[in-house]
Amino acid sequence: MSKEPVAVVGVGQTKHVAARRDVSLAGLVREAARRALDDAELTWADIDAVVIGKAPDFFEGVMMPELYLADALGAVGKPMLRVHTAGSVGGSTALVAAQLVAARVHATVLTLAFEKQSESNAMWGLSLPIPFQQPLLAGAGGFFAPHVRAYMRRSGAPDTIGSLVAYKDRRNALKNPYAHLHEHDITLEKVQASPMLWDPIRYSETCPSSDGACAMILTDRAGAARAPRPPAWMLGGAMRSEPTLFAGKDFVSPRAGRDCAADVYRQAGIADPRRDIDAAEIYVPFSWYEPMWLENLGFAAEGEGWKLTESGVTELDGDLPVNMSGGVLSTNPIGASGMIRFAEAALQVRGLAGDHQVDGARKVLGHAYGGGSQFFSMWLVGARPPDA
Amino acid sequence: MTRDIAVVAFAQTDHRRTSDELSEVEMLMPVLHEVLDRTGLKTADIGFTCSGSSDYLAGRAFSFTLALDGVGAWPPISESHVEMDGAWALYEAWTKLLTGEADTALVYAYGKSSPGSVRDVLTRQLDPYYVAPLWPDSVALAALQAQALIDAGETDEPALAAVAARSRAAAEDNPHAQLRGPVPHGEYVVRPLRTGDCPPIGDGAAAVILAAGERARELCARPAWIRGIDHRIEAHGLGVRDLTDSPSTRLAAERAGAFERPVDTAELHAPFTAQEVVLRKALRFDDTVSVNPSGGALAAHPIMAAGLIRIGEAAARIHRGESDRALAHATSGPCLQQNLVAVLEGDPR
Repeated sequence: MSKEPVAVVGVGQTKHVAARRDVSLAGLVREAARRALDDAELTWADIDAVVIGKAPDFFEGVMMPELYLADALGAVGKPMLRVHTAGSVGGSTALVAAQLVAARVHATVLTLAFEKQSESNAMWGLSLPIPFQQPLLAGAGGFFAPHVRAYMRRSGAPDTIGSLVAYKDRRNALKNPYAHLHEHDITLEKVQASPMLWDPIRYSETCPSSDGACAMILTDRAGAARAPRPPAWMLGGAMRSEPTLFAGKDFVSPRAGRDCAADVYRQAGIADPRRDIDAAEIYVPFSWYEPMWLENLGFAAEGEGWKLTESGVTELDGDLPVNMSGGVLSTNPIGASGMIRFAEAALQVRGLAGDHQVDGARKVLGHAYGGGSQFFSMWLVGARPPDA
Repeated sequence: MTRDIAVVAFAQTDHRRTSDELSEVEMLMPVLHEVLDRTGLKTADIGFTCSGSSDYLAGRAFSFTLALDGVGAWPPISESHVEMDGAWALYEAWTKLLTGEADTALVYAYGKSSPGSVRDVLTRQLDPYYVAPLWPDSVALAALQAQALIDAGETDEPALAAVAARSRAAAEDNPHAQLRGPVPHGEYVVRPLRTGDCPPIGDGAAAVILAAGERARELCARPAWIRGIDHRIEAHGLGVRDLTDSPSTRLAAERAGAFERPVDTAELHAPFTAQEVVLRKALRFDDTVSVNPSGGALAAHPIMAAGLIRIGEAAARIHRGESDRALAHATSGPCLQQNLVAVLEGDPR
């Protein structure tokens, strides 16, 4: 049987900041949802279902917040689903919402992901001691730093690559009014002189803690025909999972990531991602994950990803721009971060990305991962609908 | 719908007051093995996997990440998770199968209520600014609902006691139930609810396998076809709801096609006796419907799995030929805030 084509007709996000003390959780999510509805020129009544995602409930201290947020998101009387797949959740949430449209269960779905990290303490939320289980080693940076080291050793990448990524993403963020970090005086030297946190990851090569929400309106072919602005069409989407810890896991290039990308490319008819994809929003919470994921996603051969970064290919004006929005390195409301990647990909192919618009972006990848490189979710969106 | 999808297998743990000696993965693994064994499928044969659980019950962030170890997720699998009762994980899996991207799905859910005070834990579900700081617990909120129902003349305490007695008598035949047979109705916990009006606190897990079309017939002699499934949420503020009614259940049932023809069996996720009264009214049941032949949530209530178990129990009755058309219901949130209804049918015999 054929699936219904899925279109993104509305995108909304909040201005991401360290602490939104002026709004409640409900106020925060409603702000993003309203902007997505405005973009699509729809009202709450046009929405058939709501799919919401966020990272752990411990980050705000609210158990199953979809119950409390039902009113704020206009979900009363409607179906509401709550997705949680760790850091990949923003992407997974969008995919679950898209599936409702693809399966023709609903015509128009509001999907939203958020995190209000200022309500609690993420380090505490991740560090509850459980007997007989490995703790997360002083936050996510402590977990991922050894895997960055492994990548450097395997690929022979010079140790300056990470700082290039951070410098690029922070400059891109200056062009994105919604990005959290706007470091107007950023220089490469400042990145390289920032304190070492988890060797080899420096302070300026890590993501901030943000409050923020991102929303999208997904709809079917008929909904897309009524949209006031160009839609982004979903050409492929997939999720893959593998355990966080087991003997033989390749932390540098997890197979779940490779399989997930391959599935998306198969659906979208992508033969050569480097040639066929115009830009990518990739989940890079620590700078070195740009070259690592470029390889995992098939944009570069094994051990070659850092060369794309070093040669400027991933710059905003490069041949394969990566993280045009400023990326997770500039904005990280954890639960929303994956959806922001997906939403930025949609904005690019709709031609609505403003100052960080890539000229001629026709096919753009959105990528998210979570856990200890355990969960992956990705979609590829295009300016034209999928072939019938 | 253009594609027929059925529950083809169901398994659950024996639900117990405590399971200190077991991790969640250890509790889950036998259930996963059992449900796969029932179909002869292996993890690698499953097209999509989806689970339901809650970090707050587990007492740690990302608790579900470890549960995946129990599935044996290598090579990497197509997988997702809802921070909800497993009934909603089943809903997600059902939509995945509808798209044609998978022909089979494994759905599982688990919850351990024993390590903490579940009444206190559930207060964290409430509006975090205005309500949660007051710590109104789940029994107190259910008691408000029960009292509203009594005040409206829709039930009384002896009728509620009869619901409890019937459920636990039915559970005599359910080897997995936690409370079985004659159970004293007990003292008041929060008026008008007595111990017997409340669910047992317990740990448990459940798993279901879904399959589409011919695949379902290959895997199960009498598949439980999902004729319709829908879920709806209501306002969170109790003050704006009529607690004696469940409009979300009625709407979900309508959308699921429950009113098109009568059902013979219903598995209702009503953790408190008075909630069964509310649900029976919303679902327009008469006395011909066999309600909660498994004993329902009053006999075993592993939070996050209890709704999925309702679907599993209803499906298992169809598998065994004890039902031709069954309704399964799951709930989430205080006083039946969110409700899911599925209608299951067996092939004509």
